[in-house]
Amino acid sequence: MSQENENILEVQGLTKRFGGLAAVSEVDFKVRKGGIIGLIGPNGAGKTTIFNLVTGVYKVSEGTVNFEGKSITDLEPYSIADMGVTRTFQNIRLFKNLSVFDNVFTACHLSATYSLPEAILRLPRFRREEKLLKEKAQGLLEIVGLQDRADVVASNLPYGLQRRLEIVRALALDPRLLLLDEPAAGMNPDETEQLMRLIADVRDRFKLSVLVIEHHMDLVMRLCERIVVLNFGIKLAEGSPDDIRGDARVVEAYLGAPAPAGGK
Amino acid sequence: MDSYIQGIFMLAGINLMAVLGLSLLTGFTGLFSFGHAGFMAIGAYTAAIMTSMLKLPFIVGIVAAGFTAAIFAYLIGRMTLKLKGDYFCIATLGFGEAIRLILDNFQGLGGSRGWPGVPAHTSMLNIFIAVVIGVLFLSNLVRSRHGRNLIAVREEELAAQIAGINVVRYKTLALVVSAIYAGVAGAFLAHYMTFIQPKMFSLIKSTELTIIVIFGGLGSISGSVLGAVVLTFLPELLRAVDKWRLVAYGAAVILIMISRPRGLMGGMELTPNGIKKIIAERKAKKAAAQRSEP
Repeated sequence: MSQENENILEVQGLTKRFGGLAAVSEVDFKVRKGGIIGLIGPNGAGKTTIFNLVTGVYKVSEGTVNFEGKSITDLEPYSIADMGVTRTFQNIRLFKNLSVFDNVFTACHLSATYSLPEAILRLPRFRREEKLLKEKAQGLLEIVGLQDRADVVASNLPYGLQRRLEIVRALALDPRLLLLDEPAAGMNPDETEQLMRLIADVRDRFKLSVLVIEHHMDLVMRLCERIVVLNFGIKLAEGSPDDIRGDARVVEAYLGAPAPAGGK
Repeated sequence: MDSYIQGIFMLAGINLMAVLGLSLLTGFTGLFSFGHAGFMAIGAYTAAIMTSMLKLPFIVGIVAAGFTAAIFAYLIGRMTLKLKGDYFCIATLGFGEAIRLILDNFQGLGGSRGWPGVPAHTSMLNIFIAVVIGVLFLSNLVRSRHGRNLIAVREEELAAQIAGINVVRYKTLALVVSAIYAGVAGAFLAHYMTFIQPKMFSLIKSTELTIIVIFGGLGSISGSVLGAVVLTFLPELLRAVDKWRLVAYGAAVILIMISRPRGLMGGMELTPNGIKKIIAERKAKKAAAQRSEP
């Protein structure tokens, strides 16, 4: 495969300063097309800040973010999403009062092109596209096994399923790069295992590249092909799970003790 | 029908027209406005200029009223919609009062003494037609991808952004559409009263519209319809208690809000599907209550 070396995301010299504090400084990393990259580091290392910079929630102080060869450094979040980058949040952000179906149905909007007058006058294109959107949302719910809960109000879902719903809402945008912010937070080992399989499955099915922040070390080590380690906003190390496991600096900064531990 | 009752119905229709627009902004998009009387004033004066000064047909006045209000809303939106929550609310309050004060001091349109002799074009029939079209357009808008995007902005702004929704653009859309409704309502009001005065479009009017939307239930079109009719009739029914009328009105609103905190309709719609949903929820509630009893 000639696309093997192609990078979907290239981050160079990424820096974010809040006043005098550099939350992220001079971070470089790349995400290969189809790859799953892990972003780890102790609390406050700047992982979520990097997500916020890549998705345009924060403005970049210095450095560049390129997606599929085009700069997305100064774009608004909605146009970055439109280009094919989307994410989930550490503290789940669903449309809480809407049904599971409507959460996904709403996010499908980029697949429709009908205008406002066409909607108000219920013209043929509106009917046609609306039907397609419904089928798409239904299909997505089936993939993640939420079809039986389509009418449940999102905030009434069990925690693990809310995370799953947030992922499927992101998939509704047909992204090519998916950023997952601690998808396994608060999950028991069983749910974590299922989530891992889901991530690997959607990666293959939707031909996605994934960048994931996670504290569950076993998940990161087994799922990711490369891992980037951050500490105090600086990139400490990068490499395969085996490299990272053996890296003395990482063990010291992240795990705090020479003996490897399971959680954070 | 006797002309007194007919008059109240017409007033309810005019209020409803303005409330429909505000319902889109507040109930569906989650933005509070205390300046919608300003858009009504713009509509009323624009329509009066068309029919009274330029002697054009009423329909031209209505269209011009909606159009002018839309332009003002667009400009105001561009300036203020980057503000968050309460700050936007204060900006609309300032806008509404500014419009009223400008009209108060502009002698060309009658100033604070008002403008008499606006032709009495408003009738039961044309209000009814306008309201039906208004309800249809709004419910079609809400049940489309554009409407769902507005609701997403209300539910969780950051998630909406990440889902590819241009939040500022959709907020502007909601403001402009709601201003069109308010402008058209203003045109009908001017040609119903046949006399317009800046005082009619004060902060109290804006507040009244917001109260109706919340009273009817945020995010419910049928709630807004019900709210507008009930709250226009209530003060008239309370004429029996004479000078205690407005006290009774206030007490009634408070009582209903306490017993139905999410408004009359509480986010539900009076459509065949909506009624089914309400019944299903009632049943589920009853079943849950029975289960919890020993």
